[in-house]
Amino acid sequence: MSANRNADNRRVLVRLLAVAALMFGFGYAMVPLYQKFCEVTGINNLLNPDDALRNTQVDTSRKVTVEFDANLHGLPWSFKPGQTSVSVHPGELVHVVYRVSNTRNHPVTGQAIPSYGPQLAAAHFKKMECFCFARQTLGPGESREMPVVFVIDPALPKDVNTITLSYTFFEVAGAAAEPAPQLRRPGA
Amino acid sequence: MEATHAHGAGHAHGDGHSHHPKGIMRWITTTNHKDIGTMYLWFSFAMFMVGGVMALIIRAELFQPGLQYVQPEFFNQMITLHGLIMVFGAIMPAFVGFANWMLPMMIGAPDMAFARMNNWSFWLLPPAGILLTASMFVPGGAAGTGWTLYPPLSIQMGIGMDMAIFAVHILGMSSIMGSINIVTTILNLRAPGMTLMRMPMFCWTWLITGFLLIAVMPVLAGAVTMILTDRHFGTSFFSAAGGGDPVLFQHIFWFFGHPEVYIIALPAFGVVSHVIPAFARKPIFGYTSMVYAIASIALISFIVWAHHMYVVGMPVAGQLYFMYATILIAVPTGVKVFNWVATMWRGSMTFETPMLFALGFLFLFTIGGFTGLVLSNTAIDVQLQDTYYVVAHFHYVMVAGALFSAFAAVYYWLPKWTGHMYDETLGKWHFWLSIVSFNIAFFPQHFLGLAGMPRRIPDYALQFADFNQVSTIGAFGFGLSQLLFLYVVLKAIRGGEKAAAKPWEGATGLEWTVPSPAPYHTFEEPPVLTEAKGHA
Ligand code: HEM
Ligand SMILES: [Cu+2]
Repeated sequence: MSANRNADNRRVLVRLLAVAALMFGFGYAMVPLYQKFCEVTGINNLLNPDDALRNTQVDTSRKVTVEFDANLHGLPWSFKPGQTSVSVHPGELVHVVYRVSNTRNHPVTGQAIPSYGPQLAAAHFKKMECFCFARQTLGPGESREMPVVFVIDPALPKDVNTITLSYTFFEVAGAAAEPAPQLRRPGA
Repeated sequence: MEATHAHGAGHAHGDGHSHHPKGIMRWITTTNHKDIGTMYLWFSFAMFMVGGVMALIIRAELFQPGLQYVQPEFFNQMITLHGLIMVFGAIMPAFVGFANWMLPMMIGAPDMAFARMNNWSFWLLPPAGILLTASMFVPGGAAGTGWTLYPPLSIQMGIGMDMAIFAVHILGMSSIMGSINIVTTILNLRAPGMTLMRMPMFCWTWLITGFLLIAVMPVLAGAVTMILTDRHFGTSFFSAAGGGDPVLFQHIFWFFGHPEVYIIALPAFGVVSHVIPAFARKPIFGYTSMVYAIASIALISFIVWAHHMYVVGMPVAGQLYFMYATILIAVPTGVKVFNWVATMWRGSMTFETPMLFALGFLFLFTIGGFTGLVLSNTAIDVQLQDTYYVVAHFHYVMVAGALFSAFAAVYYWLPKWTGHMYDETLGKWHFWLSIVSFNIAFFPQHFLGLAGMPRRIPDYALQFADFNQVSTIGAFGFGLSQLLFLYVVLKAIRGGEKAAAKPWEGATGLEWTVPSPAPYHTFEEPPVLTEAKGHA
């Protein structure tokens, strides 16, 4: 095989390797790209305050039961809602609390992730304030009452009478020492 | 492709270099494209057997409702390993094997562009195969996530998961090296006068498949690396605890995964585009449109990934976009099917085994394409997602599509490889047993899926029992038929009627200008192409 041809082959090899390396990077680049995409389009706005409702009219003609649920995912905490359920009018500003305490003698950091049942209620459940908007670090034996402030959008479909708000606390490994930062995922 | 070879083609002089190592070292150190092609093909067959046994374990369990032979955890591990082994261990290496054997001969090159790297790409495969198979025996067992490796489960499992991830890394590296080699060979080593648009169709399909592989295998490698670091190094790309998102994995995975199905399908299209013209004794109809169809299928395959994710939560606009984009792929695919049929139109056809498998491919792949079109419709997919309908769909495209095309390729080129004709009667038996048992195994699965039987579950409701029994019987028939295939191949290797340089009357292309069996070194001097007439 001539030297010429070897040089040609090498040139193609280098280019194709560069493409492969770039595509490996592209796989990683998808992480911030999707984050940006969700931010711009307002998808997956889980851990940020919702925009205040434009229509603040309270719909006194119906009541919705909101049930509260609390789960731990491998954390040495106790975590409970301050109330099992409340009955509210759509459009009404509601305050509730969750209680959490650290049963260990060292600080632990956790992140709560909310979810809703039924799923379609999520779009109509507006949280103004929530302990899930930031990581929570509890000192040894520390207990805390954490607020959630929300409004149910009056546009909630009429056949939804009960919404379950469920939080799961996940441990943020290795973060206990640091001051609780704002969560990485920005959202809209 | 007409060729006159002053003295280039086929040195029959016992390959001049008698200094290669003998015995096992010959195979470990070889840089000869034919040796490496042979190793790829045997590796692929071995993995096909391993993956096949796993499929039969699954089917045995599904013979009756309730749990008979295996526990659900083990059932899930079988599903995962079967999928990974069939895709990465059986089908992909088979077509890389064909590429190694045939591409240099089709374009009049002496060997692959990077012969040493070619050896490495092959020898990466056995360790990966062993890792996957051995992961069954570690504490906690193999990955039970399904071949798609979705988190959160893939972040939670034991060491078997790490072995699967490592195996995927190795397999990815091997495919990337293999494709760089193939692309470079095709771009740089074509005989003088063989312009791109005079290349045989198999070369075209592999050129484009090579690019697809180089583009998407690194993305898969990245995705599984993220799982690995989520598992062990405290990152949270996909783990919700640190603000990660499991759905993100699905987006990244399917950005790889959909092009992957064309990585499997395109070389199969290439083989069929050789076999049908050869046995219809007419040049391929619409060569140029075939090339454009391949290229557009490849391009569109990058923008349709989320049709695998209609139900994970997506805005309606997104669902509509992915639905229409997916349906668009049916257009170039339809062009190809049309061209194959038009090639046969008024051809003088004969039905030797390679042609039978190519026709089997044509019928059954088209059925798989139609069910794919059904699934592309969001409104319908919401119902059928993760049911046996999907299992039926992708086995029609992957088994009756890619695997049948691989069988066609083996029968078509076996005389060139071994110098002997295979036993035509047994070959036909293999075909008829395969196609009948395949349909017995997989056709009823459409009905099971439509009736709502979920996939990846070892138990099912009583009313599904009848069709599942039929399916299991078909699956065992299919598995056993493949032993006949092994026998036919071994028999042809050991002897049989001597094959002429061009054993098929209608075959075209440079590979048929060298003697059968192809000498160890071919086209050390490039052949001289005359006339521009005809393509392979
Ligand atoms: C002997 C022929 C085969 C039989 C009987 C067979 C059977 C099966 C069965 C029963 C499943 C499990 C379906 C479920 O419950 O989800 C499955 C899954 C699968 N098969 Fe096959 N199969 C065969 C060949 C192949 C081949 C050649 C491929 C090649 C690419 C393949 C690719 C897959 C894939 C990708 C999955 C999905 C695995 C997953 O769910 O993660 N199969 N097969
Ligand atoms: Cu797809």
